[in-house]
Amino acid sequence: MNSDAIARPLWRRLIGFNLLGGIVLGIVGFYFGWWLGHQIKADSLDYFGDTNQNDVALMLGYLFSVIGFLVGLGFANYPLARMLGRDRSHVENEEGGVGRYFGLCTDHKVVGIQYLLGIGLFFFIGGVNAMLIRAELLRPSPQLFGAGNYLTLVGLHGTMMMGIMTSGVLGPFANYFVPLMIGARRMAFPRIEAITFWLLMAAGTILMTTIFFGGFPTGWTGYAPLNVQANYGFDSYIFFFALVGLSMMLLGLNMIVTIISMRAPGLTWSRLPIFCWGALSTSVLMVLAAPVLIAALLMVAFDRSVQTSFFLSSAGGSPYLFQNLFWFFGHPEVYVLALPGFGIILEILPVFARKPLWGYRTAVAGILGVALLSFFVWQHHLFVSGLNSSLRPFYMFSTEAISVPTGLVFLAGMATLWRAKIRYTVPMLFCLAWFFNFFIGGASGVFLSDVPSDVSTHGTFFVMAHFHYAIMGGLIFAFFAAIYYWVPKMFGVALNERLGKIHFWMMFIAFNSTFAPLFALGLMGMPRRVVTYPSHLQPLNDWVSVSAFVLGASMLVFLGNVVYSLVIVRKPAPANPWESRSLEWTTPTPVPVGNFDRPPVIDSDPYDYGVPPVALPPPPAAQAPAPG
Amino acid sequence: MRRIAIAWFVLSAILTPIVVAVIAPTLPPGNASNASSGQVFDDTVLFGIVTPIAVAIAVYFFYAMFVFRRRGPEPQEGVATRDNPGVHIPWLVGTTVIVLFLATFGTAELADAGAGGGQGPDPAFKPSGKVLPVQVIAQQWEFTYRYPTYGGVETAHLELPVGQQVAFHVTSLDVIHSFWAPKLGVKADANPGVDNIAYVKPEEELSFEIHCSELCGLWHGYMFDTGQVVSPSAFGEWIHEQQRVFAPATKVLPKYATHYFPEPERRGG
Amino acid sequence: MRSNGARLATVVVGVAIVAVLIGFYVANLLSSPPTVSASQTASHEVQLTLKTEAAVGPQGGNPPWVSYLIKDPEGNWIHSTIFKVPAHSLVHVTVYQFDGESGLRNPFLSQVQGTVGDRMTIDGKSLRSIPPEEASHTFAVPQLNLIVPLPGVHEEAKNQCEEGPCNLSQAHRTIDFTIHTGEPGRYRWQCFVPCAAGFLAGFGGPMQTIGYMDGFLEVA
Repeated sequence: MNSDAIARPLWRRLIGFNLLGGIVLGIVGFYFGWWLGHQIKADSLDYFGDTNQNDVALMLGYLFSVIGFLVGLGFANYPLARMLGRDRSHVENEEGGVGRYFGLCTDHKVVGIQYLLGIGLFFFIGGVNAMLIRAELLRPSPQLFGAGNYLTLVGLHGTMMMGIMTSGVLGPFANYFVPLMIGARRMAFPRIEAITFWLLMAAGTILMTTIFFGGFPTGWTGYAPLNVQANYGFDSYIFFFALVGLSMMLLGLNMIVTIISMRAPGLTWSRLPIFCWGALSTSVLMVLAAPVLIAALLMVAFDRSVQTSFFLSSAGGSPYLFQNLFWFFGHPEVYVLALPGFGIILEILPVFARKPLWGYRTAVAGILGVALLSFFVWQHHLFVSGLNSSLRPFYMFSTEAISVPTGLVFLAGMATLWRAKIRYTVPMLFCLAWFFNFFIGGASGVFLSDVPSDVSTHGTFFVMAHFHYAIMGGLIFAFFAAIYYWVPKMFGVALNERLGKIHFWMMFIAFNSTFAPLFALGLMGMPRRVVTYPSHLQPLNDWVSVSAFVLGASMLVFLGNVVYSLVIVRKPAPANPWESRSLEWTTPTPVPVGNFDRPPVIDSDPYDYGVPPVALPPPPAAQAPAPG
Repeated sequence: MRRIAIAWFVLSAILTPIVVAVIAPTLPPGNASNASSGQVFDDTVLFGIVTPIAVAIAVYFFYAMFVFRRRGPEPQEGVATRDNPGVHIPWLVGTTVIVLFLATFGTAELADAGAGGGQGPDPAFKPSGKVLPVQVIAQQWEFTYRYPTYGGVETAHLELPVGQQVAFHVTSLDVIHSFWAPKLGVKADANPGVDNIAYVKPEEELSFEIHCSELCGLWHGYMFDTGQVVSPSAFGEWIHEQQRVFAPATKVLPKYATHYFPEPERRGG
Repeated sequence: MRSNGARLATVVVGVAIVAVLIGFYVANLLSSPPTVSASQTASHEVQLTLKTEAAVGPQGGNPPWVSYLIKDPEGNWIHSTIFKVPAHSLVHVTVYQFDGESGLRNPFLSQVQGTVGDRMTIDGKSLRSIPPEEASHTFAVPQLNLIVPLPGVHEEAKNQCEEGPCNLSQAHRTIDFTIHTGEPGRYRWQCFVPCAAGFLAGFGGPMQTIGYMDGFLEVA
């Protein structure tokens, strides 16, 4: 952006490789792919006439729309230029104003803020769907949306949340702060970092278009063979997870390489901030688990369009194959959601306890242990499915064993509070609430991991309560802790403390009021994803629905706080309002493009609270003038 | 530390017996069958272990949040402790022991004929004695039941004789469903092409709900039914009545098999 | 943007846009076929007249699919599957079947259950069941224990109705049966014959969409 030239007219500035260009080319690409799909005619595909739903056309449409979107944003410019032998800087758009945020920008801090806003948008959409679901469940028979649309709402809520929030912490906060915490000037692969964000935005948009194609009836788990039977609204689910999986893999790859190879001098592994350990282990899970999902969905796409039978028992396939592939991804996926929460909580706790993180090695062992074990537990989702019954004791043991490293994380957090001087700021409140919620989530997980107990609770609202406590009570509370903690650094403006406390208390109380009764509902015989229930369960469902509306209102309080503090009032925050000793707070606000003028040299971990200041040796005595 | 230990001990000593003796045994699924009473016992033991742990964590947090808070507006720092093997090693050992106990206990409970869960076509844990086979056919969006030992008659509702070990052979005709009878403590997924066997012995005469607990499409929420456990003589009368009433349908049914692949199956079919 | 007022105005406009988008989204999802009442013939007796046709629509964003239709009290055929009948009454049901045979996946459903006398009348003949291969649709309300298999038009029949609207001069079967309604409630009904050729097990598309082969029986 040339700041000295005569300002060009707005319409001239809008045309170019930016979001608008991306959207335009995306739409063009969609119609091109749609047209292309309709040109494909073959004997084996002639059933299209019967179903009136051309899956190949829709999937090609999505494919070309994503390609068009990315080309329009400008991602192809650098590779093409280099392939044509031309010189081109690999830095894109790092100088300039607000316009950077609406396109391809290689500055990791811009990508972090893009992620924060983009994820916030889709989190809001997922939340609206949740409110609609609870509105339908106010009465025992479907009065509002009808059974089919209700299933689409349920599927949209779950799918949107699970897909978007996997990058919910790593996207905004790890991308922004990991380079700052390790003393690096940038991430290892800035262009890849930018593409992970735009892939996620494309994915979320594609998922929302499912309502134009009839929605999908499978819920977020998308089991075969129901997904083969589903109409072509399901193709948007396939594409959503394919893009999310790709985004996850690339984000994880970038994070791993950055943390391993770009640490500042003196930053040994034992001085690495615990948040970076959380990001690192999450990234390993992302890289290893996401490809399995993409492969499984590719098989589903083939089953749906070209009549293969991977998942159809009558033709030699097996529905178990999909369940196993899905959960091999699905279980590490939920730890992708939980581990960043661990990292954030343990990172923020020392700052407000004014104490070092207790048991650093213990905490790291806990995080790595959870990450490792998460690959060995997936069949606990399949205890009553009829899989080989002698495998079940093993998976019961491995699932219960995950509570051991999780316990180590709890120990580190709890002991950090011992003889602390706790300062009850809003981030600290969210951290403390995390322990309460995640304990309930974890304890209910122990009940679910026990096979006999699981026989009654699998597939019921008990499971819903368990994972909402672990994911929403865990990840989302940590997410808000991170927001309140880091917004002063990211935007130079602090969020209003009083509104923050109102948000916290409303959210904490409404959250528990919403999800605790679900344990009871599950035990009383209410399965998941049902639009109708016995009428004697209505009072409890109504209580849950009203609490959910209050929970939604607490999010509006948060949004109000954001608008009030960040848009309207904009009172500048002090440079280090929380007096944190972590490296990111030593940079000026706003953080300059290269982060640090010189790579910092690290001599300790960032948790030196409560350590008496080291007495410096006295300066060499000034030479007293010789007497006389 | 001592105050925390005392508070924990006292509270656990009060709460754990209340939870274990008073609350947990009354929780669902109840005692109507051997599977469900086994599950209630299992849950009681789990509560017995989780309650003291929850009390410990709660006591610690309330203590720490109150006692270790910053008093006054001046900045204060805490005491810089970083680690203590005397804490994390016993913690690690203790949690591992608890987990090992839970896993062993759970397996032992499971060995009791599978605790009511679906075990697939080749169950690892089978009950002894005579077994009444009942096939549960799940289809979109209705459960029907076939009694192979009574001429393969298929009925729209489920009735079982009390005190008789039942083997549910759960299968599906189209997509994945799940046969769940909450009060009997039985849950077995219905997969197409698979015979999923679950064992239960109803021990009380009662009327119970049956729900589908795996999302199977539009009317998944409506895929429920009511079953009955009745005396053996009433069951005998009922099944003969069903054979009489459904004679025309039984004539056109396919031969009893562990799974069926009816037409049409694939697209274009 | 410098002034507080300008920023506040932007925020208000933004909130309004978001509210409108959410409104459109919800309105799209709320759309449903209309509820149509059966025609009153006597006190506590109604006549419910339905027909099934091979291709009706489009409706609600879906393509023309096989569907049920109901005759409203004024005699018009409405493309809806939400039927309203009074509680504690006798309901005479007449179905005009214009669609061809497909066959039942579970032959158990070829026997009539839950009607008065457990019988139905097909083209004048009173029957308890039909050969499973002849079924074209079923009218089933499992919560009321009602299952009525509806035979289809034979393959070789002349003057078949390929797509709606169909009239009674074309080949059809007429099925009559009577049911008692009890307590009020909103019961779902569905077809059990996989008539959605092209979808897995024939149960996708119209078989899973309210307004075509699934709906509600409102007993009020």
